[in-house]
Amino acid sequence: MKHIRTISGATLKQSASGGGCGECQTSCQSACKTSCTVANQRCEQKKKD
Amino acid sequence: MIHTFSGWGHHVVLDVESGAVHLADELSLALLPHIRLPMAPDCPPAVARAAGADPAEADEAWRELYTLYKQGLLFAPAAELTPPTGRLKALCLHVSHDCDLRCGYCFAHAGDYGGARVTMDFDTARTAVDLLVRLSGARRNLEIDFFGGEPLLALDTVRRTVEYARAHEAEWGGKHFRFTLTTNGLGLDDETIDFLNREMDNVVLSLDGRPGVHDALRRTAAGEGSYEKVLPGIRALVERRDRDYYVRGTFTARNPDFADDALYLASLGFKHLSMEPVVLPEGHPLALREEHLPAVFAAYDRLAGALRGESGVSFFHFRVDLTQGPCVYKRLRGCGAGFEYAAVTPEGDLYPCHQFVGREAYRMGSVREGRLDPAVAARFAALTVSNKPSCRDCWAKYFCSGGCAAAALNMTGALDGRYALGCEMQKKRLECAILTAVDRMAGEAPAEARP
Repeated sequence: MKHIRTISGATLKQSASGGGCGECQTSCQSACKTSCTVANQRCEQKKKD
Repeated sequence: MIHTFSGWGHHVVLDVESGAVHLADELSLALLPHIRLPMAPDCPPAVARAAGADPAEADEAWRELYTLYKQGLLFAPAAELTPPTGRLKALCLHVSHDCDLRCGYCFAHAGDYGGARVTMDFDTARTAVDLLVRLSGARRNLEIDFFGGEPLLALDTVRRTVEYARAHEAEWGGKHFRFTLTTNGLGLDDETIDFLNREMDNVVLSLDGRPGVHDALRRTAAGEGSYEKVLPGIRALVERRDRDYYVRGTFTARNPDFADDALYLASLGFKHLSMEPVVLPEGHPLALREEHLPAVFAAYDRLAGALRGESGVSFFHFRVDLTQGPCVYKRLRGCGAGFEYAAVTPEGDLYPCHQFVGREAYRMGSVREGRLDPAVAARFAALTVSNKPSCRDCWAKYFCSGGCAAAALNMTGALDGRYALGCEMQKKRLECAILTAVDRMAGEAPAEARP
């Protein structure tokens, strides 16, 4: 396409099919302890890839 | 819902509900505000005129947008999702309600949380581990963060807890513990460093940046600056470490130009950095206020620009992977405090997280009672971005997942309140993070586009 370029697809929508395994890291245990950012965690399933 | 913003020569379009990210040219960016749903397949002539575009060119751009719309990558509708019931999987063990520093911004009242200066005995820690194992059900990955106060003041409890959990992982059905520890760095002798580098999956090391900034607030009980006392141990740990770590600073009203502190830490050779906005009640002289936002935003921009490309330095809040991130269920409900995550005091009392410790209304029982108070847990589990009025229509909801409940309570008096200042800083951080990721994925931007 000439006017708009997709950098990343429907990642959220696709992730809904898995149902959420709950094995991922708790976001507050990483570095912040005060200002939660969940999106910078990694999916435990994708880590295995 | 979409969110658009520009930087480094990119016009970024985030489609909130699908998670898709696009780069738009000037024309398609100009057309986006004119789109009404359901989207028409052809560009209305009035829209082309309003955008000041040639009708044929506008129609070409419009059709591209329409293609994305039909593919569910633009203006995707919100899905009705129910997050699975949470199970306890992480504990913050307050092994020490004592600290050898007296930091001016400490939310834990210089380490004692407003109570006695005590440490956790091993029996309490072991009971907490047993509780975690039992309540975690089939979850394999469990986390324990050793926290304080200063956890190295209770190093014996830390060592014995790690030994106990590791020794029983197989017996408990293949559980896998991830240990983390947050320290001020004062107690980092060689033996302790070896232990932490061997056993801790992540170590968080508190250092505020420039020596003057650090020493102004991170002071010893005798009132001396601690920079020179902590730096050698922190450096030694990092030099000998081949696993995750974060050098973590706090910025306050004294240094809204905290990018200089982060970059100073980078100049010392630290590769994994985090700078956190202080959370203090309005009126505290160190609290961040609305008037600081322009300087804070400028600092995030400066930091993102300085770390752009192959800097080799990662900043915690800019580290967003657009393709490998957590699933949407994880993103509905934040950190899991109160149902997936709990804090344990030295006496064994349970709270939703470290920041709730001492708030009696939120006490969730004791590790010896063998459960998390279900009424408190239910209140926290209900804090989804779909349920919180201020989050429902916010573009950032799947990135911050509703933010920190403790900050909301502290600043607004309600668990589901909107801590406006925190939200504004979070959104700025996220724009920097998304831009950083997009820039990397899009390839090297033209040199003239650099900030």
